[in-house]
Amino acid sequence: MSSQNWFHVCSVQDMPHNGGVCVKYGDHQIALYYFTHRNEWYASQNLCPHKQQMALSRGMLGSQQGEPKVACPFHKKTFSLKDGHCLNDETCGSIAVYEVRVKDGQVYIDVSDIEQEVPAGEPASNMCS
Amino acid sequence: MKVVVIGNGMVGQKFCEKLLSKGIPDLQLTVFGEETLAAYDRVHLSSYFAGKTVEDLTLQPVKWYEENGIDLRLGDPVQEVDRLKKTVTSFEGLTISYDYLVFATGSAAFVPPIPGVDKHGVFVYRTIEDLNMIWRHAATAKTAVVIGGGLLGLEAAKACLDLGIKDTHVIEFAPRLMPRQIDEAGSEILIQKLKELDITTHTGKNTAAILGNETIKGMIFTDGTILSTDMLVISAGIKPRDELARACGLTVGPRGGIVVNDHMTTNDEHIFAIGECALHNSMIYGLVAPGYEMADVVATQLAGAAKQFPGFDMSTKLKLIGIDVASFGDPFISGDEARTIVFRDNHRGIYKRINFSNDGKELLGGVLVGDAEAYNMLLQICKNKMALPPDPMDLIIKAKEGGADAGAGVVALPDDALICSCEGVTKLDICKAVTGQGCETVDAIKKCTKAATGCGGCAPMVKDIMVHTMKQQGKLVRNVLCEHFSYSRQELYDLVKLKNLHSFDEVLDTLGEGDGCETCRPAVSSVLASLWNELIVKKESATSQDTNDRFLANIQKGGTYSVVPRIPGGEITPDKLLVIAQVAKKYNLYTKITGGQRIDMFGAHLNDLPSIWEELIEAGFESGHAYGKSLRTVKSCVGSTWCRFGLHDSVSYAIRIEERYRGLRSPHKLKSAVSGCIRECAEAQSKDFGIIATEKGWNLYVCGNGGSKPQHALLLATDLDSETCIQYIDRFLMFYIKTADPLTRTATWLNKMEGGIDYLRNVVVHDSLGIGAELEREMQLLVDAYQCEWKNVVETPELRSQFTHFINAPKEKDPTVQFETMRDQKKAATW
Repeated sequence: MSSQNWFHVCSVQDMPHNGGVCVKYGDHQIALYYFTHRNEWYASQNLCPHKQQMALSRGMLGSQQGEPKVACPFHKKTFSLKDGHCLNDETCGSIAVYEVRVKDGQVYIDVSDIEQEVPAGEPASNMCS
Repeated sequence: MKVVVIGNGMVGQKFCEKLLSKGIPDLQLTVFGEETLAAYDRVHLSSYFAGKTVEDLTLQPVKWYEENGIDLRLGDPVQEVDRLKKTVTSFEGLTISYDYLVFATGSAAFVPPIPGVDKHGVFVYRTIEDLNMIWRHAATAKTAVVIGGGLLGLEAAKACLDLGIKDTHVIEFAPRLMPRQIDEAGSEILIQKLKELDITTHTGKNTAAILGNETIKGMIFTDGTILSTDMLVISAGIKPRDELARACGLTVGPRGGIVVNDHMTTNDEHIFAIGECALHNSMIYGLVAPGYEMADVVATQLAGAAKQFPGFDMSTKLKLIGIDVASFGDPFISGDEARTIVFRDNHRGIYKRINFSNDGKELLGGVLVGDAEAYNMLLQICKNKMALPPDPMDLIIKAKEGGADAGAGVVALPDDALICSCEGVTKLDICKAVTGQGCETVDAIKKCTKAATGCGGCAPMVKDIMVHTMKQQGKLVRNVLCEHFSYSRQELYDLVKLKNLHSFDEVLDTLGEGDGCETCRPAVSSVLASLWNELIVKKESATSQDTNDRFLANIQKGGTYSVVPRIPGGEITPDKLLVIAQVAKKYNLYTKITGGQRIDMFGAHLNDLPSIWEELIEAGFESGHAYGKSLRTVKSCVGSTWCRFGLHDSVSYAIRIEERYRGLRSPHKLKSAVSGCIRECAEAQSKDFGIIATEKGWNLYVCGNGGSKPQHALLLATDLDSETCIQYIDRFLMFYIKTADPLTRTATWLNKMEGGIDYLRNVVVHDSLGIGAELEREMQLLVDAYQCEWKNVVETPELRSQFTHFINAPKEKDPTVQFETMRDQKKAATW
């Protein structure tokens, strides 16, 4: 497995239940989801590939035959939170998903797949492993 | 083959359809019609006053005749038939020849020879032109009398009610109403029900003369009594239109009607007669279904096949003024030949009678008044000579609780059972439409088989057969929400209330399975809001709202939001206009006047929403709920305060209504309007509920719709005072909220409702379900629980902090948002 790069986002208390927030990572926007009903955490790109809208973090969470999913608020395209593929439109592209980790009440996202020069001044203590 | 049809009524038109379907080569079809309108639905004529248009009632548009190569000549009656030359000559002088001639001249209203029937204000009830004349006269009438207590007479009485005439009387010569269909006891129940609707019935009355100079003032009866009235509608029976047939030497009956044999042939083998002008076996059939059957008999024979008309079962089921009336088989048989069981409930106004053979094996006929749910099944049992239960009483008593069993009943029907007698559709035809053509809605079956497109009486049975056939195929037919809830919205509403559940997760864990989805989350959230009206942005609720409800604003292209403060009734002070202008300038928002008489501000960043609302609330605004499935606006015209035509103060009433129902969550958005007079400048008849001022109060219209499928609202009640009007709206809205499917507007909800507007009126106005007080109480709870959602957010830091784009950079706005410029304002970048 390639090396992981854990980016600190917020504490668990800051998160809405069964919903998402948008995370700023340099110039990138990541959607972070706390699926309380399943006690699971997911993260994906915030951009919906259908109409290129920064919106998935405001989408509704749900499941389809047990598969966790998010629905874009614009046109209700739904994406698997496990592998990012679109569940209700074969012609729609898939989304990138990222790993999430919770430690001591703090939430981290694995950003190693995101090519990103972390802006100067970003404290190194953000990283953990 | 040259075929000429005289008459373009329902039966004449049906004949054309049937003949075309036979695919006869070289067919030349010419149709002459006396009226200037193409054939329309005379059976549902009274719905013209309840909002249906001529187009709605028209069976096929003129284009249809053109497309099918039919030479349709409207407003040009045939004047002469030359049977030797086999030609007809029309009023306009056209002479054409025929191989076969079909009389479908129908009937005219029978007007008894009463002195004074030619006075102004005396009408017959037959054509749309008659209706237009009645309409014009009714505007000034306070009292109306209908002569004739049969089917058409009671329809005419309903029309008078629909026209807003409160004092309506029905005069019947026979000792009971509908003497051909129901017995004395059934008539008593019907009279009692009519009385509740302010229709007074006088049976055993014979009109001696009509009083008044030029215009009718009243009527005097043979018993010397006098009844004063402003108008009279005569609906005392029909008279076959046989004058042309008589003139060309065809045999007619002693009391009228063109004599035909079982082939529908007259004494001239090239001439047929069908419908109400035909006298078959000494009988004139005054119903549409036998007329259609006659049309088919002639069309089939012209195509070279054999078919006869064997006579026709006159069983009928109707909804008269919202009251079910049905009779089947031999409704009156008694004495030595049969046994009879009668069920009578004076309290609820229900009467049922069945007649069966002495050995208890065969159902012979019966009468149903007030509750005709069992009609279709009883008719089938009677027609198909099906076995009776050991205790025949179960047929009429058990039918009531047997809702679940209704579907089981259709199983026992033989395949060739005639379900739709108007269109001649059998049970097998319907089953095949489901299995072979994939029809899985009643509408699809209507399209495919034409079943239930005539009188519509068989629609419930068509649905039962469809559901049963689908079940046999193993198909899920329950109207469930989604994979997480196997309940309909209505069931869910009742369960959530019963179990006192307050959050989505509670509901999901108690009543559902899995983790929810974008279908059930908003539906359940809407139910919760409709039940408890609690704040929807609470932490455990917010994420189960659609994004518009979650952020209390409407998401727009590019991910910004629009802001709509409430402007009740569209009334706003200059100072408040200034505030909107200042806020829009400060936050760089695009402004537009909406269709609902308020101002929409677009292009607000999520982060800015709380500050924008803080300023708006400070200036006295509150949320407009433009983002919710909830009451949007109550549009108003300026009304009597300024307008020289205004009857009442429509603006004040609109504001009162908007403030009463603001924030009310419902299955879909709700729009309303109040017009100050009949000019209807507020377009109230296109709203979910609309109110129009009358001389005496308010008329309330419901279930209108703009949007992609526009639909006029229907008149629910007339001349209401302001309090009663609100009482009825309370009941109407609560009933809608409790029973509609998710995302179903009131118009669609009504379209799907069995019994339609009459049923709804019974529930709301006559409180037929006995739930009026409960609905009002529930509405009052919601009204009392109202709070401005935005005021709550602005004042609560924890809620306010949810309105950020980045959780880890709360002050930063979404940098990807882009705008373009157009006409000196910004617009969202195109996607």
